Amino acid sequence: MPDQVFFALEVMVNGLMVGVMYALVALGFVLIFKASGIFNYAQGVMALFAALTLVGIQQGQVPFAHLINAIFGTDIHHFGWQVPALLAIVLTVLVMIGLAVLIERIVLKHLVNQEPIILFMATIGLAYFLEGVGDLMWGSDIKVMDVGLPQGISDSIDRATFDWFGYGFFIDRLDIAASIIAALLVAALIVFSQYTREGRALRAVADDHQAALSVGISLRFIWVLVWSIAGFVALVAGIMWGAKSGVQFSLSLIALKALPVLMLGGFTSIPGAIVGGLIIGMGEKLFEFIVGPLVGGATENWFAYVLALLFLVFRPQGLFGEKIIERV
Amino acid sequence: MFYREAGDFKTRYADDAQSFPIAFDRYRYYAVMVLALGVVPFIVNDYWANAVLLPFLIWSVAAIGLNILTGYCGQVSLGTGGFMAVGAFACYKLMTAFPGLNIGIVVLLSGGVTAGVGVLFGLPSLRIKGFYLAVATLAAQFFLVWLFNRVPWFYNYSASGQISAPERTVFGVPVTGPNTDAWATYLFCLVFLIGAAWLARNLTRGAVGRSWMAIRDMDIAAEIIGVNPLRAKLTAFMVSSFLVGIAGALFFSVYLGAVEVGEAFGIQKSFLVLFMVIIGGLGSIFGSMAGAAFMVLLPVFLKNLLVGGLGWDTALAAHFELVIVGGLIIFFLIVEPHGLARLWELAKEKLRLWPFPH
Repeated sequence: MPDQVFFALEVMVNGLMVGVMYALVALGFVLIFKASGIFNYAQGVMALFAALTLVGIQQGQVPFAHLINAIFGTDIHHFGWQVPALLAIVLTVLVMIGLAVLIERIVLKHLVNQEPIILFMATIGLAYFLEGVGDLMWGSDIKVMDVGLPQGISDSIDRATFDWFGYGFFIDRLDIAASIIAALLVAALIVFSQYTREGRALRAVADDHQAALSVGISLRFIWVLVWSIAGFVALVAGIMWGAKSGVQFSLSLIALKALPVLMLGGFTSIPGAIVGGLIIGMGEKLFEFIVGPLVGGATENWFAYVLALLFLVFRPQGLFGEKIIERV
Repeated sequence: MFYREAGDFKTRYADDAQSFPIAFDRYRYYAVMVLALGVVPFIVNDYWANAVLLPFLIWSVAAIGLNILTGYCGQVSLGTGGFMAVGAFACYKLMTAFPGLNIGIVVLLSGGVTAGVGVLFGLPSLRIKGFYLAVATLAAQFFLVWLFNRVPWFYNYSASGQISAPERTVFGVPVTGPNTDAWATYLFCLVFLIGAAWLARNLTRGAVGRSWMAIRDMDIAAEIIGVNPLRAKLTAFMVSSFLVGIAGALFFSVYLGAVEVGEAFGIQKSFLVLFMVIIGGLGSIFGSMAGAAFMVLLPVFLKNLLVGGLGWDTALAAHFELVIVGGLIIFFLIVEPHGLARLWELAKEKLRLWPFPH
C-alpha cells in the first residue's frame, strides 16, 4: 500500500484515540442526564477543577493563597510538601464527592421540578462559579500534570508496524494508556450499575423517577451518588487531558466538544457516548486531513457540530438514544 | 394610589389595545423616553457611553432578539455570537463596498443578511428539538466564526484578519470611526433599541407572536389547531436573527470599531446573551433590557469595588467576578426562575393596592 494510505490510517487511529478522550467527557454528561434529566454543562469545568485540585494537592499548594495574600497582605504559596500521586488522587476524589454533596444541597434541592432549561442554566452558572473558584483556589497559571502516566511516542509500535507494513505508526503512549483506562472505567461503571445495590437504584431512577421514589429509593442520595461518579469521571478526563495538554482554562472547553458526541450517540446512552466519541474523533481528524488543506485548515473547530447537526436531521434521537415519542 | 386602573376609562378599541393600558405606565414610558432622548444625550460623557450606555443599548437589542426565539418561541439557541458576527461582517462588507450608503441603512441591511443566515440555520429546528437543538445551534456558532476567520474575502484580505469600521456620518455627524462624540453614538444606538423594542412588542402581541407562543407551549398541540410550525419557527428565527444581526453590526461599527472575530463573537457572547434573557425573564421585552442592564452593570460595579475599592489586582478580581456572576445566576434561578421581569410584575401588583393592601 502507498504511504498516503498508511498516513491516512495513522490519522484515523490517532483520531480514534482523541475520540476516546471526548467519550470520557461525554460519559459524565450521560450519567447525570440519565439519572436526573439535567444537562450538565459544568462537566468540562468539573474536569478542569478536578485536574487543578489534583495538581494543587500534589504540589502542596495553599488553597486560596492569592486571595489570602490579597486580603491579609501575607505572602504564602506552598505548604512545602509533596503529596504522592496516588494519595493526591484519593484526596481529589474526596473533594469531588464533597462538591457533589454541596451541589445537591445548595443548588439541585431548590430546583426540583423546574423546567430543563432552568436546570441547564443553573449548571452554566455552576460552571462559571467553579471556574472562578478553581482559579481562586489554585491560581490560573498553566500547570503540568504528572501522575506517572507514560509519555511520548511509542517506539515499540513504531518499530513493529514498520517491520510489518514498512511504515511506522506514530502513536502517543499517553493515548494508549487513556484508551485502556477508559475501557476499564466503562467496564467498572457497567459492573457497578449491573451488580451493586446502588447501581440498580441508579438505573431505576434513570428509568422512572416517580416509580423509583415509590419503591423507596432516595432520589437525593442517588443524585449525590451520580454527581460523585460524574466528578470521578471528570477527574479521569482531567488527568488525561491535563497530561496531554497541560492544566489550563482550555481544558473546560473540551466539554463543548463532548456535546456533538452526545448528540451523535444520544443523550441517554453510555455505549452511544463511546461510539459517538470515536466517530467524532476519527471523523474530524480525517476531514482535517483530506478537506482541511483545501479550505484553510482548522476545520476541527466546527466539523463535529456540523456532522452532528446533519446527522440529527435524519435521526433526531441520535444513534442509540431512546426513541422520542410525543403525545399531546 | 397612583398606579391604578380605576377612573381610567377606555372609550375606543384602540385604547384597549394599546401597549400601556394603565395611565401611570404610559406616563412612566413617556418620562423614560424624554429622559433617554432629551436629557441623557446632553450629559453623557465618554466614560459612561463606552462603559455602560453603549453596551447596554447594544446588548439589549441582542437580548430582545434572543428572547423572541427562546422566550417567545421556545427554541434555545447558543448561536447568538455567530449571528452577531454575521451582522458585523455584513456591516463591514456593505460599508466598504458602498461607501455612499447611509450607515443606518447599512445596519438594517446587515440585520437582513443575518435574518437570511438565521433562517438557514433554523431549518433543522423543524426536526430537532430541545437540547439537541441548542447543541445544533453551536454548529452555527463555531462554523460562522471559523468562516469569518478563514475566508479572506470577508475581511477584505487585510493582513491582520481584523475588520475596522471606516468613518460614516448621519446628518453630517460621525457615528462610526475614530472621531465620534459620545452623544452621537448613544443616540444612534438608542434609536435602534427603541425600534427593536417597538417591533418586538408589536409582533409578539399579534398573530405571529401568538403562533410563536403556541409553538413554545406545546408544538404538537399547536400544529393540530392549525399553527404552521414551519412558518412559526422560521419567522421566529428570522426576526430574532434580524435583531441579533443589528446588534452585531452596532457592536462592531459603533462600539468596538475594530474586531477580531474569535475574540469579539466567541461562544462566551452567546452565553452572555442567554444569561441576560434568563436573568431578565423569558418572554418579556422589559426583561431583556433589565437582564442586559444587569449583566453590563455587574462587571463594572464589581471591578470598581474590587480593583478600585479594595485594591486587588485585576486577575484576582476577574476570578472573583466569575464566582460572583456564577453564584448570582444560581441564586436568581433558585429565588426567581422567571427573572427580573417577574419581580417587576410583582412590584406592580403590590403598587396597585398600595397604600391600602386590604
